[in-house]
Amino acid sequence: MKVSLFITCLVDNFFPDVGEAMVRILNRCGVRVELPPQQTCCGQPAFNSGFVQEAAEAGRTLLEALAGADYVVAPSGSCTGMIHHYYERLFADDAKLQARARSLAERTYELSQFLVNVLGVTDIGAVFPHKVTYHPSCHGLRLLGVRDEPLELLQAVRGLELVPLTLAEDCCGFGGTFALKMHDVSAAMVDEKAAHVVETGAEVLVGTDMGCLMNIGGRLRHQGRPVRVMHLAELLYQGILQGEAEAR
Amino acid sequence: MTVASGHGVLERSRAALQNEFLRGAVRFTTERLRSRKRTATDELGRWEEWRERGRQIRSHTIEHLDYYLKRFADNVRAHGGHVHFAADGREAAAIVTRLVTERQAKRVVKSKSMVSEEIHLNHYLEAQGVEVVETDLGEYIIQLAKEMPSHIIIPSIHKTRAQIRDLFEQAGGEGLTTETAVLAGFARRTLRSQFLSADVGVTGCNFGIAETGSIVLFTNEGNGRMVSTLPGTHIVTMGMERIIPTFADLEVMANLLPRSATGQKLTAYMSVITGPRRVDEWDGPDELHVVILDNGRSAQLGDDEFQAVLHCIRCGACLNVCPVYRQIGGHAYGSVYPGPIGAVLTPLLNPGGEYHDLPYASSLCGACFEACPVKIPLHDMLVALRRRNVEQGRVKPLERAAMKGFAAVFAKPGRYRLAMRAARVGQKPLVKDGYITSTFGPLFGWTHTRHAPALAAVPFRERFAGMKQDVQERPQPNRTSDGSPAKAAGSHLPAAGGDGEGGGER
Repeated sequence: MKVSLFITCLVDNFFPDVGEAMVRILNRCGVRVELPPQQTCCGQPAFNSGFVQEAAEAGRTLLEALAGADYVVAPSGSCTGMIHHYYERLFADDAKLQARARSLAERTYELSQFLVNVLGVTDIGAVFPHKVTYHPSCHGLRLLGVRDEPLELLQAVRGLELVPLTLAEDCCGFGGTFALKMHDVSAAMVDEKAAHVVETGAEVLVGTDMGCLMNIGGRLRHQGRPVRVMHLAELLYQGILQGEAEAR
Repeated sequence: MTVASGHGVLERSRAALQNEFLRGAVRFTTERLRSRKRTATDELGRWEEWRERGRQIRSHTIEHLDYYLKRFADNVRAHGGHVHFAADGREAAAIVTRLVTERQAKRVVKSKSMVSEEIHLNHYLEAQGVEVVETDLGEYIIQLAKEMPSHIIIPSIHKTRAQIRDLFEQAGGEGLTTETAVLAGFARRTLRSQFLSADVGVTGCNFGIAETGSIVLFTNEGNGRMVSTLPGTHIVTMGMERIIPTFADLEVMANLLPRSATGQKLTAYMSVITGPRRVDEWDGPDELHVVILDNGRSAQLGDDEFQAVLHCIRCGACLNVCPVYRQIGGHAYGSVYPGPIGAVLTPLLNPGGEYHDLPYASSLCGACFEACPVKIPLHDMLVALRRRNVEQGRVKPLERAAMKGFAAVFAKPGRYRLAMRAARVGQKPLVKDGYITSTFGPLFGWTHTRHAPALAAVPFRERFAGMKQDVQERPQPNRTSDGSPAKAAGSHLPAAGGDGEGGGER
């Protein structure tokens, strides 16, 4: 099975540990991972701001970069959602590109979707004896319908205590350029989200999108809260390492 | 729509964020409505199928609005009512004002009408010396406070009991307390005399049924029946899109609307009004006039992206789940229709107006779509309105330049790598412990409340090049496989405008 990583510009440049964790997890599931070198960004920042032409220019590069992949896996429900929900429209005036966009969407998965629905793996052999709360990211949830997959993976982690987050499905206030354009409102939103996270008493906040996590994490760090913020891949990989260490 | 000129949603939302009481009240009320809605929809069961049926009915009706509107108007007339079409708000207000003044009416009582707010009817009537009394409790409070509604269903969501008591005392109530029964009692006594002495009653219309020409009103306080039966003349103001084809369709809407709006299984009063009082009837007005308003609505017909905004049944569910509305309340939207639906509808109905900034008051989380009982893809429309702003030159040159720069960098992998390398060098003076915390410069909006992660010293693509992959033999899936193929990576939401097939659905 040939899986190409769509690493996303955010993880590539800011959170390389998330990328490494994905590779290690997929390797352990019997999957060799490739990183198509010509990929950059899905174009969502421009698209959501209304700059369709600019988004299409970035998107075309991604279409070309990922053209040969059997499966594409990304550490983000938002970037995957962009491909699934908007690419067909983004390339509506070019039948050839549109067909490629449709084909890419059919082959592209967010990480937890791929693990649970394609590989059929929920128990990844991870051990993570900590109190954890989970923030479901909006685009993964509502553009892709990723609701149960991350929870199934987390529930199979030994030692992990999953505590519910109040108003979990409410947006954290990131919203890409929204966080800069309407930063006062965005700050009020993340303030509430961070407060709910703290209320849970969890040691770790886990999620599937680094945009949201850097927003919530940035607020928690600003407030000096000791909550650790992890991408699902990081948590699972750390748990796998611990599980392997205990087995030895 | 009274808005402080020169200010946009940004400034108004900043002001709203300072109002702790408002924000607390909005949080409290919307959370309660959300949980009641959840209970009511769970109890009904198969909610997604109800939503889909609702979408089909609204989509079909709007697709064939010319036909159904004519049918509705013909049937209103056949039952003795009068129908007036108004191209815009000014014309609608003029028609109502003429009807009122021709009858030498001194007092008009009103119930349940967002459209009359939209056309500023009270303003026009009061200019003619007519006394207008709002009789929905929430609207009455707002009228006494001389404000605009801040929620579609709960217009006075932002008022405290003490503020309401003060307003009622100014309106003649003496020695009132802040108890619900005392406040409601004062409103009931005061309004009762108004109902009995009013010359004209004005209501809105939740649904107009084409096959019978009936006006359907959903109310909870009973005042709608007073307004539509006691005065000699009943005037209905309604948007041209309020139509549904048949009574069978009303059943679906009656299941969707109250549950979505207030989490009720049914409203306390569902009134179906077909024509004025007949000779053998005791109750009802002598005359029924129906004023049907366009005001920018028909311009959406035939537009693949925006026609579905006319499907809205004004339940307010999108407000209750919107994380932006939750923080800033309704007034920050600066128009009669707040929240996600307002952020879409208002700029569409006022293309020349000052509302083009409203679509930015959203994080595009999609909660509005998820809550909408007729599945309007509001999140897609918000993006499409932003695109329209770009196309029509309504964005700042700086943003345009930034986006050109984005495309120039992200469309060319070589440039992307170079730009990121340059940024890694450039950020160095700002980075401490892997984070940027300085509140100077363009990141202020982020860093004054949040620490920003720094670019990693080595990006993933460079690390990956040096990684050795140890691919283990594939473990057996840990769940019993039924042999069915893996779930397709299908999109969860429908495409905007993707419901144009409405015509063939019935």
